[in-house]
Amino acid sequence: MSASAAVAVHSLWTTAAEPAADRIGAPAIEYAQLAPTLIVVGAAVVGVLLEAFVPRRARYHAQVFLTVVALAAAFAAVVALAAGGHATTKAGIVAMGAIAVDGPALFLQGTILLTSMVAVFTFAERRLDPAHHGHRVDSFAAEAAAVPGSDQEKAAVKAGFTTTEVFPLVLFAVGGMLVFPAANDLLTLFIALEVFSLPLYLLCAVARRKRLMSQEAAVKYFLLGAFSSAFLLFGVALMYGFAGSVSYARIADVVDGSVADITPALAGTMGNDVLLLIGFAMVLMGLLFKVGAVPFHMWTPDVYQGAPTPVTGFMAAATKVAAFGAMLRLLYVVLPGLRWDWRPVMWGVAIVTMLAGAIVAITQTDIKRLLAYSSIAHAGFILAGVIAATPDGVSSVLFYLGAYSFVTVGAFAVVTLVRDAGGEATHLSQWAGLGRRSPLVAAVFAVFLLAFAGIPLTSGFSGKFAVFKAAAEGGAGTLVVIGVLSSAIAAFFYIRVIVLMFFSEPKPEGPTVAVPSPLTMTTIAVGVAVTLALGVAPQYFLDLAGQAGVFVR
Amino acid sequence: MNPVNYLYLASLLFTIGAAGVLIRRNAIVVFMCVELMLNACNLALVAFSRMHGNLDGQIIAFFTMVVAAAEVVVGLAIIVSLFRSRHSASVDDASLMKL
Repeated sequence: MSASAAVAVHSLWTTAAEPAADRIGAPAIEYAQLAPTLIVVGAAVVGVLLEAFVPRRARYHAQVFLTVVALAAAFAAVVALAAGGHATTKAGIVAMGAIAVDGPALFLQGTILLTSMVAVFTFAERRLDPAHHGHRVDSFAAEAAAVPGSDQEKAAVKAGFTTTEVFPLVLFAVGGMLVFPAANDLLTLFIALEVFSLPLYLLCAVARRKRLMSQEAAVKYFLLGAFSSAFLLFGVALMYGFAGSVSYARIADVVDGSVADITPALAGTMGNDVLLLIGFAMVLMGLLFKVGAVPFHMWTPDVYQGAPTPVTGFMAAATKVAAFGAMLRLLYVVLPGLRWDWRPVMWGVAIVTMLAGAIVAITQTDIKRLLAYSSIAHAGFILAGVIAATPDGVSSVLFYLGAYSFVTVGAFAVVTLVRDAGGEATHLSQWAGLGRRSPLVAAVFAVFLLAFAGIPLTSGFSGKFAVFKAAAEGGAGTLVVIGVLSSAIAAFFYIRVIVLMFFSEPKPEGPTVAVPSPLTMTTIAVGVAVTLALGVAPQYFLDLAGQAGVFVR
Repeated sequence: MNPVNYLYLASLLFTIGAAGVLIRRNAIVVFMCVELMLNACNLALVAFSRMHGNLDGQIIAFFTMVVAAAEVVVGLAIIVSLFRSRHSASVDDASLMKL
């Protein structure tokens, strides 16, 4: 570096004292456009205060009320923004360039908020387990810090403690997820990732039953999640090194070579494609980890199995929506200029993900692990739409995410109902003959399985059709063929579960189906309703996703 | 000194951290290796900040420190609870859910 450049650099942190005071302007924050996120995060902070000040008896009701009201208010804010034209004509960048408020962001935020609301109902469910010492219990540990089986734990159960902290944790996670698909620079992307990941790690660790498995799932998720976010951060550093900025628009300009003000340093780094390609690959790695795509899927089955089932449902649905939203924005806004570099890689990832998810799922014997591998296969199907790199690709992915998240939350809600003395009966052999014993629950679960399999008249079919159509039109015909093949493989094990439920004899000492409170019933009913509505009459929602499919830059 | 050398150092530290995560068996040591990776990121960010002559990279380094601190809080809580119930923090022992 030349001497003059060095002086210029040093002048950045050694400046004359007088003008500095009036040169730092307050940032302009558009509170109205940020309202959904602010409501959720604000409610989460209030939730922490409730933990401190509200007496233990009243906490559960206060927290559930606060959480549901906050999510509903945030959803109303999203609808108001969309109705006000912020999804289309008035789409823009807010908060000093950190957050984009546009069609995809608002659509995904709405999806995340609705899914989390129905997922929170399953968090609040307290009628599945018999009451302990006269206290009704939910799915979460009486005292998560107590060693499993210890006297301390027994005392906590006897005293009727509950982990009501899960509700503020969910709100913090939702807050991060709302920002994640709207992040418009790499720093916001990283912070949002951590904000929604850290509460999820904790939520995984607080199951009431099978606590060792729950803790193990949390450790695995935490260590691998931290590992992958370190990769993402190093990718952020390299991309910053390449472009001299973390703003998406600026990086896109530098990639296209259309920047006006090229400094000598920028001229040096922007010729260095290694920085860009490695940096981009590492950021993408972090995102693919979050969606659970092969080869970054190893955590998915263990975490889905070990985490408390309400948390699994929430995590499986909402994390996927948020992470695919962030991936779409990164690929479509920042790096359309690199399309010829990332498409072959993503082709490979999508093919391996679809096939591995579908094939390994066949060998599973645990219903939660089965659904985990099915979610891996679905990540592959969604990637096919991402690869299309057309406007239809964006809207089909948005539609698929909306359809898939409700099916997932509903399916995991049904899993919480089938129980034996040790808690949930998740082994597939225990589900044999469920259709004879509780036809309604089995029928509802069959609807969800058919939607996962993509049978017509369910949302799974409309979603898969939209994604594969977009992929075929985007020139990924081979991918569509492989996608349909792996759908057929996947259909085999979904149908196998249905056959197991309806056409085999129930075991005498088999599990019972708990009668849930209206909370879980609402979750399941909403899941079924959305699944059938999006399957029978998808056009309105496809149009909605189509209108929302344009990113602001 | 040429700032590019700091980038080589950052890559080296990052690689050591990543190798540690894959090789070491104690959850605490694995976690420390992740922290080493985050610090390597910080070094790279600050070096790039110096090269480009803008402050974005240094700001991000501050954010990274805060995130790393938050991660320590959550991570140690989880690892300690695992250790207390199993009397072992080895990531190999945690295998209840293998097929």
